[in-house]
Amino acid sequence: MIRIENLVKNFGAKRAVDGVSFAVERGEVLGFLGPNGAGKSTTMRMITGFMPPSSGRVTVGGHDVTESPLEAKRLIGYLPESAASYSDMTVRGFLNFAAELRGLRGAARRQAVGRVVELCFLQSVLRQSIDTLSKGYRQRTCLAQALIHDPEVLVMDEPTEGLDPNQKHEIRNLIRELGAKKAIVFSTHILEEVDAACTRAIIIDRGRIVANGTPDELRNLSELAGAVTLSAHGASEEKLSVLGRVESLNGAFRVYPRDKAKVSELAQAVVELVAREGWKVEGMYSERGELDEVFRRITLPDTVK
Amino acid sequence: MRIIWTIVKRELAAYFTSPVAYVFLVIFLLLTGFFTFTAGNFFERGEASLAAFFGWHPWLYLVLVPAVGMRVWAEERRSGTIELLLTMPVATWQAILAKFLASWLFLALALALTFPAIVTVNVLGSPDNGVIAAGYLGSFLLAGAYLAVSCMTSAMTRNQVVAFILSVVVCLFLILAGFNPVTDLMVRWASPAVVDTIAAFSVVTHFDGFQRGVIDSRDLLFFLSVIGFALFATGVIIRGHRSG
Repeated sequence: MIRIENLVKNFGAKRAVDGVSFAVERGEVLGFLGPNGAGKSTTMRMITGFMPPSSGRVTVGGHDVTESPLEAKRLIGYLPESAASYSDMTVRGFLNFAAELRGLRGAARRQAVGRVVELCFLQSVLRQSIDTLSKGYRQRTCLAQALIHDPEVLVMDEPTEGLDPNQKHEIRNLIRELGAKKAIVFSTHILEEVDAACTRAIIIDRGRIVANGTPDELRNLSELAGAVTLSAHGASEEKLSVLGRVESLNGAFRVYPRDKAKVSELAQAVVELVAREGWKVEGMYSERGELDEVFRRITLPDTVK
Repeated sequence: MRIIWTIVKRELAAYFTSPVAYVFLVIFLLLTGFFTFTAGNFFERGEASLAAFFGWHPWLYLVLVPAVGMRVWAEERRSGTIELLLTMPVATWQAILAKFLASWLFLALALALTFPAIVTVNVLGSPDNGVIAAGYLGSFLLAGAYLAVSCMTSAMTRNQVVAFILSVVVCLFLILAGFNPVTDLMVRWASPAVVDTIAAFSVVTHFDGFQRGVIDSRDLLFFLSVIGFALFATGVIIRGHRSG
């Protein structure tokens, strides 16, 4: 549904987005990760047609966003950064306005507003003006606006920003449900959201894509992935180091695999070694990678590395 | 068309959900009353016309119209809703035109509420109501020209105060270019042809005809082209800061 080729955006001399390409199909939820200022919002603004790209192409449902913006925009629902909405309007007024701009009139409009009000749990605040709403309700009102025409493509800029843990949980569940029938892109810098809601994630840093894969693939980029942590009576660092690099952790040892492709062999080798030496095992874990660590390692500026 | 009307409705409603609209209307009506009857010597003139009423409009609008127009785009930019509006299936020109029309309708309402002035002259004497109608048309176009300039300056900044001041400065130029004391001053250095050319850019020059009851197509064209140009410039400015 969304296809991006070699997208570049310059702000004066600064290159905010530098040759980004990816595609999102129906049924996919793409998490867009990156530190602040990495170019996430700028990329989303180009997808939704708010900003023209300096070069490269964005097509949504086959329509080029620059050449036929209205056709492309019809397919997109967009939740802008910090859920911008007309604060002088009531929730109902705002949703009616959004529905009318999307070409929904009369009964169709009433039905659409009713549907998103139910979906985003807005019944209790319908008559309230938006500037009196709490952050969570404001976010949901803006999300309701993005869903009013049941779009095939949903683009959300930090949808869970500033919400409490319960609200975050609700929004993530909603994203996952909607993801079954739509193509969704959302940006975040909260890594747990990738696991909670995404089928695929892209990490972007200083305008470039530095990683692209399923949450598990990304996790495998972690140094920790596949390492075996052993806590055993009698174990010695010296003997374990035959199998790979060993790190001593407060009475336990962590063995890192020499070859990422042979992760399962390492666990097997450790088990065999333990049996041979007759160590008494207190605990043994095969580590999954940590997204956190991957994220930090690939997005840290070179100077800090 | 429907899209434009949807935005016009929203914008008009936005004026009336805050007290600003009512305050504006009251101040506008008080000031027109004051300028007409007190400063304009309406009764002492002894003539059945609204010359004392319309004569002040270029000056009155100088402050009041930018106050209406300053929020049009600056507020959208400040709150980020411009992103919401322009990612809807709405062409930029439709949004610009709709927002302008909404504010212009609001000014038309303010102008319409000055109807007691018409009643007064008609009770006291028998004025030429055709001249008065032309005066109202001219005043409406004058307000539109100032408003389009205000929309343009409003698009330049996210600060409404800055938008207001810029707009007053530009509108002041549009007055002074044809204001008699200024043109008298310019005649000392410049040839009459130059002075006339500069004065041709002034709203005062073109508003004069309407006040006398003459609807000249050149004057109509002048106001419509000021509006057209300023709205076009608004589009260029908005495209400019969208493309970064």
